[in-house]
Amino acid sequence: MPVTIPKNKYSGAVREVTIGATKAEGGTRTTTVTVGGESTLPFLFHEGAMPHPPRIAVEIADRWPADWSPLLREAWGDAVDDPVAWAKAAEASGADLILLRLTGPVQRGDGSKPTAAEARKVVRAVLGATGLPLMVFGPGIADLDNELLVAVAEEAAGERLVLGVCEDKNYRTIVAAAMAHGHLVDSRTPMDVNLAKQLIILTRDVGLPMDRILMDPSTGALGYGIEYGYSVMERLRLAALNGDSMTQQPMLVTPGEEGWKLKESKVGEGVPASWGNWNERAVTWEVLTSSTLLQSGADIVVLRHPDSITEIKSVIQRLMAPAHNGHS
Amino acid sequence: MALSGLEIYKLLPKTNCKDCGFPTCLAFAMKLAQKQVELAACPHVSEAAQAALSDAAAPPIRLITLSSNGNKLEVGNETVLYRHEKTFFHQPGIFVRVSDDLPLDEIKARTAEVDGYVVDYVGMPLSYDGLAIAYASGNPEQFGDAVKAVCDTTHKLLILIADDPAALKAGLAAADGRTPLLCAANAENWRRVALAAKNAKAPLVVRVDDSDPSTSSEQRLDGLAKLTEDIAKFGVDDLVLDPGVRGFNESLATITHIRRLALKENFRALGYPVITFPGEGATSQLDEVTLAGQQIAKYAGFVVLDHFTEASAYALLVLRANIYTDPQKPIQVEPGVYPINNPGPDSPLMVTTNFSITYFSVANEVESSGLPGWLLVADAEGMSVLTAWAAGKFDAERIAKAVKESGASGKISHKQVILPGHVAVLMGELEEELPGWEIKVGPREAVDLPAFLKM
Repeated sequence: MPVTIPKNKYSGAVREVTIGATKAEGGTRTTTVTVGGESTLPFLFHEGAMPHPPRIAVEIADRWPADWSPLLREAWGDAVDDPVAWAKAAEASGADLILLRLTGPVQRGDGSKPTAAEARKVVRAVLGATGLPLMVFGPGIADLDNELLVAVAEEAAGERLVLGVCEDKNYRTIVAAAMAHGHLVDSRTPMDVNLAKQLIILTRDVGLPMDRILMDPSTGALGYGIEYGYSVMERLRLAALNGDSMTQQPMLVTPGEEGWKLKESKVGEGVPASWGNWNERAVTWEVLTSSTLLQSGADIVVLRHPDSITEIKSVIQRLMAPAHNGHS
Repeated sequence: MALSGLEIYKLLPKTNCKDCGFPTCLAFAMKLAQKQVELAACPHVSEAAQAALSDAAAPPIRLITLSSNGNKLEVGNETVLYRHEKTFFHQPGIFVRVSDDLPLDEIKARTAEVDGYVVDYVGMPLSYDGLAIAYASGNPEQFGDAVKAVCDTTHKLLILIADDPAALKAGLAAADGRTPLLCAANAENWRRVALAAKNAKAPLVVRVDDSDPSTSSEQRLDGLAKLTEDIAKFGVDDLVLDPGVRGFNESLATITHIRRLALKENFRALGYPVITFPGEGATSQLDEVTLAGQQIAKYAGFVVLDHFTEASAYALLVLRANIYTDPQKPIQVEPGVYPINNPGPDSPLMVTTNFSITYFSVANEVESSGLPGWLLVADAEGMSVLTAWAAGKFDAERIAKAVKESGASGKISHKQVILPGHVAVLMGELEEELPGWEIKVGPREAVDLPAFLKM
């Protein structure tokens, strides 16, 4: 019996979302990034199109976060003490986008709180240091995020930043700031299909156009719940392709953040010998978490280590270009 | 092609005797069509019907078994494309390849490395399944010696990789008492290789070689299907597929086609597990691990690696365990109070959820701190702290209930409980729920617990 390759027929597609605005578009970016548009499951080009490759955002911070792994400091060197230098290094490492993290009291180590004025200043400086599209994430404390991101939205009006993270407890303020100043939001929910949809609906109901919403279903790292995130993303993407409009947003996930907070990545001594070399383990953890989530539909992966960026960039290129798949 | 429920119904006795456990023959037929029951559940089915239905009743992906000194690996018998539809059942076997042209000492050393590797993950010991010995020497006797060196060093499972039937025979003789996977039959050698497999009752890899890059996926899979049909007719039923593609995209697409053909079209000639060689499509060791990870998630049955490092083994074994976790049954631990490092009445009481990954992360940290403590595991329906909190399964009421009902207060002389930092927001409510108790907020991540406890 001759083989006919089965093709799934889909009625829907993921929306296209563009991050960053050039001078002509009201911003100052030299490039913009468009993600989404898929009418197939990831990289299965025989049954649909994937007009834009998944993109890599590199996470930098307004100052060196005290709770980050020393391996990351080692990898980036002195650049981590200066967000301008760090942004340039991130761009040179192959980033498609920059994610600027505003540190909170815990990450600052000294208990100090970032102020809106400081946030404006560092965002302005990073926008000056790189022409890549920018995402700005707050410290992850709802009240503080609101205060900082509203100021950032105003300072960078027209740049089509991604403001994050936008959760059910603070979405109103951040969505309003995004609407007022021409930005996008990262809509984050804790690993659940219905919660993900619900926050998209709420965000739309406030009035933000759908082409300015990234869906962030959140994930666990390898060994810490990746299978939940993986399956939630797979279900969301299948729903999108099957025409469920409220799931048709490009997906952003943060394997760097998840991977690098683990003991596997943070600690080099006093761990089981079977865990192997510390640096290899930590980079492998970030890479495998990211590559696995690319298979379940990630459109943007946020990474931290330069070696992970190099590997994932190369993997994406080969997944996107079947013709260039070298057979050894 | 799969039979529909109605087609199956026509072949059943139609007596509605209920002996199968279903109210009607039609209901039973519908379950058969969905492969949720076995035909054997009907004691009255005729032989003719049995023959007609055996094809429809057979699993769409054949179960392949390797064995060695009491070790066993079963691969195949999968029923779904996405793990959320049900679960993935049989984890892919992971093997490390050694070449027979290495010195025997080196072969033994590499085997010993794989053999001795075991890593603990949430209380489960994880390790690779075996060794693949590759025929590169051109001398069947040397291949036999290499297989013997491996067998002398490990009880793990074997894959014998050789195109030459003479080498396979020498390898099989050296692997006496084990059922290895033979690799591989191709369009040229299949009769002689299949004979060796038949005699040894060993499963066999069927490979289409990748000589012409312009070959289409259809042509490639046509060639593979034709070969498996010929070999099955010859009398070897336990087959494994190597579609000959190696790179990231080709591998993903081709293995996906094979899985869909088997499950959705019941395409018998491709209804077998797939073997992959990620090292042959990779540019570095990290790249090999990444490609292996893709193949673990996307349908490989056997993965043969060219490198072994502890860090990469840990990562791949955890990925395999995660992807093959049953989504309907999150791994949970029993709620209750767990003593760590021989705690006394004045040791701290920490609360967390009963999601096993959460429990083990926290318990490991407290244990490694060397400080005694009581870990109170609340019933959060098997969710992690943040997820459970968001879902309303780890709120002040539940935590208070856990404190009161676990018997924790009988074990300690103080009234102080430490909350995970991620749910610091519950502090006020918990103070109301637990009058007289002092609520302290711990770190957000388990890894920061030792520093916190030492403060």
